[in-house]
Amino acid sequence: MTDTPEPPPLPPPGELILSLRGISKNFGAVSALTDIDLDVHAGEVVALVGDNGAGKSTLVKVLAGVHQPTSGTITFRGQPVTLPSPGAALDLGIATVFQDLALCENLDVVANIFLGRELDAYHLDEVAMEVKAWTLLGELAARIPSVREPIASLSGGQRQTVAIARSLLLEPRIIMLDEPTAALGVAQTAEVLNLIERLRARGLGVIMISHNMEDVRAVADRIVVLRLGRNNGVFTPDASNADLVGAITGATDNAVTRRAERLRAEGQDA
Amino acid sequence: MTDQRPPTPLDRADVRVREDAGLGGTVRAFFDRVRSGDLGSLPVVIGLIVIWTVFTSLNPVFVTPNNLVNLLFDCSTTGIIALGVVCVLTLGEIDLSVGSMSGLASAILGVLWVNQGFPVPVAVLAVLAVGAVTGSVYAMLLNRLGMPSFVSTLAGLLALLGLQLYLLGSSGSINLPYGSWVVAFGQLLIMPRWLSYSLSVLPGIAILWFGIGAAARRRAANLSAPSTARLVTKAAVITLIIVLAVHYLNLGRGVPWMFGLFVALVVAMDYALTRTKWGRSMFAVGGNREAARRAGINVRRIYMSAFMLCSMFAALGGTLAAARLASSSQQAGTGDVNLNAIAAAVIGGTSLFGGRGSAYSALLGIIVIQSIANGLTLLNLSSSLRYMITGAVLAIAVIVDSLARQSRAAHGRA
Repeated sequence: MTDTPEPPPLPPPGELILSLRGISKNFGAVSALTDIDLDVHAGEVVALVGDNGAGKSTLVKVLAGVHQPTSGTITFRGQPVTLPSPGAALDLGIATVFQDLALCENLDVVANIFLGRELDAYHLDEVAMEVKAWTLLGELAARIPSVREPIASLSGGQRQTVAIARSLLLEPRIIMLDEPTAALGVAQTAEVLNLIERLRARGLGVIMISHNMEDVRAVADRIVVLRLGRNNGVFTPDASNADLVGAITGATDNAVTRRAERLRAEGQDA
Repeated sequence: MTDQRPPTPLDRADVRVREDAGLGGTVRAFFDRVRSGDLGSLPVVIGLIVIWTVFTSLNPVFVTPNNLVNLLFDCSTTGIIALGVVCVLTLGEIDLSVGSMSGLASAILGVLWVNQGFPVPVAVLAVLAVGAVTGSVYAMLLNRLGMPSFVSTLAGLLALLGLQLYLLGSSGSINLPYGSWVVAFGQLLIMPRWLSYSLSVLPGIAILWFGIGAAARRRAANLSAPSTARLVTKAAVITLIIVLAVHYLNLGRGVPWMFGLFVALVVAMDYALTRTKWGRSMFAVGGNREAARRAGINVRRIYMSAFMLCSMFAALGGTLAAARLASSSQQAGTGDVNLNAIAAAVIGGTSLFGGRGSAYSALLGIIVIQSIANGLTLLNLSSSLRYMITGAVLAIAVIVDSLARQSRAAHGRA
């Protein structure tokens, strides 16, 4: 798939694309997020893990422009930005694939990929849209038999592929995947993890939310743990399961683990 | 090293896709679709054959050319109303007040044109404006207050009927002048023979012209395309059917201008629904409202456009019905007009559940419904029996729609 035309200049690999500092979000008296820091580089997969209610979805919604943070700064490619609406986030280059995918089952793959962004509003250019759909799916090495079948006939993994292909249409810098492997079988999960690898290879920053530690280890470059709306450590995929689970559940949240975490962080910085 | 074989089209690269090329493939694909519950216009065609056979055997007058010409006159008025119903059904909503709207339209036409002496175009524009306002009220109630269209249009049914009775006053009916072109359009005006024959070959030419152009563009883009032979066959079959039908009608009075207007509106709506961004958004909202909203579609505006179109088509249909009857009366738009229009859309293949439908379903469905009404009238049956039979047909149509939907879900084609 190297013969496809490259999208406009992607940031060089490793460039810091998105940076959150001190993001907080309160819903009345409840602080869903408190002082969250998060960095995403180009060509990097950041896994966001945490227990139910840890604030993962709230954070994703802040980045998708659905919620506005109560305080804190968002820096996108070096510029401080605000994300007042989902459209603003999309225009900036932050695409989100929500857990329920939001596909229209009665429409075919092409129509779903181009939904709301059809070419030529008064005389739909079906040929150009179909070619572009195949190009996007080809870049993802996706195995969709036909783009003229309604979404209802596709498997869960194929639907996830269509949802991701759709988010690529606007050539985003960051793509957020909310539980991309939930409710998928073994082969389909592998398919989606392959997709994530390809997104990374294209130089996108990927934020992936998952409850499945195996999937997270398989593709993530860094694992960011949230707990009760706060940062609770950053791990590498080779961190032990006990450490990860401990950070997620808070079971080992004590002076010793915190010290170990601090030492590890200093070691990484050096 | 050169590869002699043509490159595999993009959309045939996957080995799992069976290529349904040629006539055999077309037939096979058709049966596959039907088996999985994607019935399209099959039920209506079968229904039409059954109905016409039964009525012809009961009374041979049914298939005489002049009776069919009458049938087409009657189809046009309710058919235009059904065309509007297709719009709201596509969104998974309903408008139960189309009958009252059409009755109100005929009353406004009578009052403005005959009683007040306004020119006809002004009266018709006023009627369409009232339709647009009515539709926008339904859409506002849905968008702003979340009032289900089922309830708001049921309320509208009564309110509009009341307004119709108020406008007509104590006299109860206004006769439209017989010499006027409006009444002539509704009762008499027939296309010249040469024009009807010329128009009847137009669809075939359009299929060939646009089909070959689209196929060439698809091949240039390395996509699979239908063969020219297949296009020619399709165009030939369709042209043959239409020319024969037109010829048969020309044995009698000919093709009514009013039916021509109806077909033109159907073709325009079909283009809007299938070839424009607006149409794509309609099906998206009907299929998954939340997904459409997240895709950046202005869902409220889509609802607004659909309800306004529906009420305006109902108003136009009511105007033509008044012309057909040469009067605006208290009975206009009451009785079975409402259900006939909705039944026509559903029988033609527009799903009550939203997200599926076609403008042509209004055309096919109304021919079925009107055939039943016409045939029962020829048999001199009382309206009590006519209502019961029409009701049963509507029930059967909805059952077929329901079963087909379940089958589609089971075959993954929802």
